[in-house]
Amino acid sequence: MYQWDFGILWSYRWLFLNGLGVTVGFTVVIVVLGLVFGLFGAFGSLSRFKAVRLLALTFIEAFRCTPILVQLIWFYYALPILAGVEMTPITASALALSLYGGSFYSEIIRGGIISIDKGQSEAGAALGMTPGQSMRRIVLPQAIKRMIPALMNQSIIQFKNTSLVSVLAVPDLVYQSQVAAHDSYRPLETYTAVAVAYAAILIPLTILVRRGEKRLAVSE
Amino acid sequence: MSEPPKNTAKIEIRSLRKSFGSNEVLKNISLDVAKGGVVALIGPSGSGKSTLLRCINLLVVPDGGSVRVGDTSFQFGEGAKLPDVKTLAKFRTTTGMVFQHFNLFPHMTTLQNVMEGPVTVRRMAKADAEKLARAQLAKVGLAEKADQYPATLSGGQKQRVAIARALAMEPDVMLFDEATSALDPELVGEVLAVMQRLASEGMTMVIVTHEIAFAREVADRLIFMRDGVVVEEGPARQVIDNPQEAATRAFLSHFHRTGALPPANAAP
Repeated sequence: MYQWDFGILWSYRWLFLNGLGVTVGFTVVIVVLGLVFGLFGAFGSLSRFKAVRLLALTFIEAFRCTPILVQLIWFYYALPILAGVEMTPITASALALSLYGGSFYSEIIRGGIISIDKGQSEAGAALGMTPGQSMRRIVLPQAIKRMIPALMNQSIIQFKNTSLVSVLAVPDLVYQSQVAAHDSYRPLETYTAVAVAYAAILIPLTILVRRGEKRLAVSE
Repeated sequence: MSEPPKNTAKIEIRSLRKSFGSNEVLKNISLDVAKGGVVALIGPSGSGKSTLLRCINLLVVPDGGSVRVGDTSFQFGEGAKLPDVKTLAKFRTTTGMVFQHFNLFPHMTTLQNVMEGPVTVRRMAKADAEKLARAQLAKVGLAEKADQYPATLSGGQKQRVAIARALAMEPDVMLFDEATSALDPELVGEVLAVMQRLASEGMTMVIVTHEIAFAREVADRLIFMRDGVVVEEGPARQVIDNPQEAATRAFLSHFHRTGALPPANAAP
């Protein structure tokens, strides 16, 4: 029978905290950047111009239909050779994760926009609004409300996806725990603690999202 | 784009054509509406009357012919350049439209709905727009509903808000697309009463409707359409009481043509 000893992890607390900081900071960056990419992808895929639509859909499908682990490795090893630019592991993984998340955000945003009844933008147009005005004033305020639960869900997935950046030696929570595990010869305790740490952050967030979904259902 | 009006007609439509795919919805339609005139468009569903109405404010862009409202005219068809979004938007500020399903903005209060056009499109100061919006709401008898959301209103009230919203742009003409077709029978009267008063105030109006008795009472001209062509047109009473074409007679036989308008219970 294995003798658990979680006490030994205490001496690695600063390492874990450091890793957790990187993980949370990374999540913030890729969620924000991902939303920016997502907006471009969504409006691109709804564009009046076929070339723009095609470009946006190619971007969305390319990132939705390849594994994020492959993208991370490709961005770090292949892209610098193709593009001729050196990238740090942090830049490469931030870019890959943002684009990956952005492709999913795109679909959520696009779905939210086209879910709004066509009569709404027609009523805006009939008042004399330009398509941009009716998008900003009429369609988006209604669409965003519908998108928020799905966007939150995707962001939670993004948080978990940051654990993959350890393969490029970005010092996130998983990477630091590998260091701790090797140092302490206690991988079972270390990885259990890491799993608990992720859950401790995500379970309250998930509850929050579920509450938001309920409130949304009531208000519609 | 602009040219001085050649005659007194407020709306002038010439040789209008529109197809959706292989389905030709409007076949060479011409139509004049005098300033202050009220024209009713009637006809079976699929006759093209709603499409014609939507061509007047270019929510539907015609394939051919011309549309003039006031001083602004547009040509369509071979060689004609489609108007850009800014030109279209500016043009539509002069034409108010009321929809079958109201299309109120659900995320805004009644007052905000009516203020939206003046504030966003006409760049009016909020305080002025609010004054204007409250006056328009009072005119349709809904001053006390200003702070409610559309979801809390009855169908008839929603449609009256929609009329106030369109009027807040102070348009030259008003277009009504089956404005009472989605209403419960007991709510039709209050909307018709508002439309009737608007007509009596001299608003130029084009009304797509199934309310034949209302058309007879309020419209001065009536146009009967079928399969994308105008079958018969003339003074409303004359066409309704004494239709010349067999198709018009057949269509009108489905309706009570005369008698009192539905009571306008909730109207002011």
